[in-house]
Amino acid sequence: MKQSTLIWTILMVAGGAFLLFQASKGNGRVYVREIPVEAQASQPEGEEQVYRWTRYQQVTEAEKGEPDVRFSLSRTLGLWVAAFSTLAIFSFLYGDNPIYKFTESVFVGVSAAYAMVVAFWTEIMTNLYAKLLPGLARITFYPDIDSTARPDYLYLIPLVLSILLLWRLSPKGSWIARWPLAFFIGATAGIRLISYLETDFVGQLQSTVMPFIVFASDGSLLWIKSLRNTIFIVGVVSCMIYFFFSIEHEGVVKYISRLGIWFLMVTFGASFAYTVMGRIALLSGRLVFLFNDWLGI
Amino acid sequence: MKRTIPLLISAITGFVLIGTAFIPLFVDWGNIAMSWFNLLAAFAFILGGGNLLKMQLQKISAQQPGWGYAAVTLIAFFITLFVGLAKVGVHPNVKFPEFAWSGDYLQEDGVFWWLFEYIFTPLSATMFALLAFYISSAAFRAFRAKNTEATILLIIAVIILLGRTYASVWLTGWFPDEFIIGESGIKYSDFNLQNLSEIIMEDFTTPGMRAIKIGIALGVASTSLKVLLGVDRSYLGSDQEA
Amino acid sequence: MLDFLQHLDRRWIFFLMFIAVAVPLIMGTTFPEVPSDQVMAVFDAVDNLPDGSNVVMALDYDPASQGELQPMASAFARHCAIKKHNIYFMTLWPQGISMIQNSIGILQDEYPETYKGKYGTKYVNLGFRAGNEGVIKLVVEDLKKSYSTDIHGTNLDNIPLTKNLKNIQQVDLLCNVSAGYPGSQEWVLYGSSPFDIPTVVGCTGVQAPIMLPYIPDQLTGMLAAIKGAAEYEQAIINAYPELENNPNAKEGLVRMGPQLVAHLLLISLIFLGNVIYFWERKQGLHQ
Repeated sequence: MKQSTLIWTILMVAGGAFLLFQASKGNGRVYVREIPVEAQASQPEGEEQVYRWTRYQQVTEAEKGEPDVRFSLSRTLGLWVAAFSTLAIFSFLYGDNPIYKFTESVFVGVSAAYAMVVAFWTEIMTNLYAKLLPGLARITFYPDIDSTARPDYLYLIPLVLSILLLWRLSPKGSWIARWPLAFFIGATAGIRLISYLETDFVGQLQSTVMPFIVFASDGSLLWIKSLRNTIFIVGVVSCMIYFFFSIEHEGVVKYISRLGIWFLMVTFGASFAYTVMGRIALLSGRLVFLFNDWLGI
Repeated sequence: MKRTIPLLISAITGFVLIGTAFIPLFVDWGNIAMSWFNLLAAFAFILGGGNLLKMQLQKISAQQPGWGYAAVTLIAFFITLFVGLAKVGVHPNVKFPEFAWSGDYLQEDGVFWWLFEYIFTPLSATMFALLAFYISSAAFRAFRAKNTEATILLIIAVIILLGRTYASVWLTGWFPDEFIIGESGIKYSDFNLQNLSEIIMEDFTTPGMRAIKIGIALGVASTSLKVLLGVDRSYLGSDQEA
Repeated sequence: MLDFLQHLDRRWIFFLMFIAVAVPLIMGTTFPEVPSDQVMAVFDAVDNLPDGSNVVMALDYDPASQGELQPMASAFARHCAIKKHNIYFMTLWPQGISMIQNSIGILQDEYPETYKGKYGTKYVNLGFRAGNEGVIKLVVEDLKKSYSTDIHGTNLDNIPLTKNLKNIQQVDLLCNVSAGYPGSQEWVLYGSSPFDIPTVVGCTGVQAPIMLPYIPDQLTGMLAAIKGAAEYEQAIINAYPELENNPNAKEGLVRMGPQLVAHLLLISLIFLGNVIYFWERKQGLHQ
């Protein structure tokens, strides 16, 4: 038997035994509270019409003995699918394998379709369909739309642009998608130009304009504040000089730009540390799911 | 037709939006343009899905290696799309129960919600959790103090990593709360790891980042102008396009 | 020894990282936190508002960043709930809709007297709109051009909280929790900076250094990464000690245990890596 197969087998058997043990203790089960819903028709035809169904709210295991609380098969199954998915992705750490590839493929499919569905219901239906056909929208998906709303035909323009955008998928005439693309690029450029200049250029320069030497109201020198301001201004200026590639980095400029590099290295060092912090937090989040939600440790 | 009209569209849109900052009349036009922009962004999601579909189908029809996984992707894609668009398992809006389609597509206990909660969430969260492992391996293999710059980077990273946890209290919490030289205003405790990491962030990292921001702002402004004036036409692709 | 380390299989490092995070989590170790000035700026921004102020809660993150950002979002929700603020939830991320649900769950389960059955009068869920910064541009100028309905399809003109809301320049505070693009930076670029909307953000470690230059002129305060979340939780507990007994209010604090051990492990790995490097250099392997 190959070493890797042996390790896999031991891991699987040990993991399976542990899971069986945990499951026998009742962990990994989800309980829900049944909440009956009674809804009255908004526009009853003739006599009063009442619609009834049941809503389910997840509860903690401690509440499982209560009368309206019951075991939820679909959510329990979901919890185990979620746990399996988590372990399947983690299995990539040992090495690429078919289970990982399978879950990765599922992920790609689900996420693309998820984004499409959300975009469809949130933006396309509410901001295009309901604007162009408010009457039809009212009797189908959005009964709350104002009954006096009239079609806004201006929205035909984005409809046409959108169709042209989707034309990109067609084997012929896909150049027409450049029109909506141009609108998109033009709009992005337009809003970014002003915002970046206002906030990131003028705003940032304004915030850097501060005194080198700071005095207190009684006239005494606040030398710590002065030192910090000086370090700050020197930092910004030296980094900017380093970014200034149109001049030769010789003589004084060379030394200043070298100082700039050091400031940038401090910046990157801090960014690295914060990135590490973030990544570890993501792992903790996942392990909390496995340990608390699934295994009940 | 293929190049002039797009150039005109982008220039007009861009300059109208720039004008919103200076001309009150343009504000409403700008808002209309933005609402169209948002709609196009929504259609971009559909385009993305369509592209994925096209690629996976090509993979399957050519029986490329791993085409089975492409089929899995497609099945997952279609199931999610169907249950999401058909609002499978979704109850109507409580205020309008007679409208069967009035419910929220991501309603708890709907099938679409189930797929999101129990398949999408664990998969995406775990994909990103893997990064913690890879960053630790990279720390071992790649972060070498090869020269002054790399050494500065490493020392700062270590100070921040320690300063942002309780290790800072263990290691330097004992620094006395006394002035270093007379009444200078600086205490020993100002240099414990927690305070030191805050000083680094405020007085060294912030100016570095600010310079980067100013640089990026100028870059974005010049790129935007180049696009609007038609100097940069790379987004239009080549003339050979079908 | 060094030979062994030189050829160490990286899976051992993975295993060590797993142990470093798992053990403190299982043990539930927490450490006392002292909120920094930056975190207190965020706390004060929420706390100094009169009770029942209007707050937009823009939750721009997805399950992938939940491990890092959920404690912040939950802490924001709890703090706003204690202050009985009116909350407008929205997101620029398609996956953010469920993140909003988590926060609403906290309002309803932990503060039922203020929020249960008060949809539309104490909180409203606007949901997601596509368009990234395009949505921000609209909501700061003309909210209903982007959001004509809430997430349930209810007309905003029929919801008391949104009936008279023209745009979010009218709200008292914008709280943003962000995992990247679109997120904190875009809210500052298109919202808080040009329109002077008081804004606080909670963001990932990756974004934290990028957001620093905006403080305090263009951004009131920031919670940086999980450490920021833990300090914020501590600040809320200090001010409202009744939360001391709520384990859910210490999600970030609990995560600081694994952070400590994992950071120490990482520093040891960097150190060991460098010992090997200098040893190799001495052997003449790096010329």
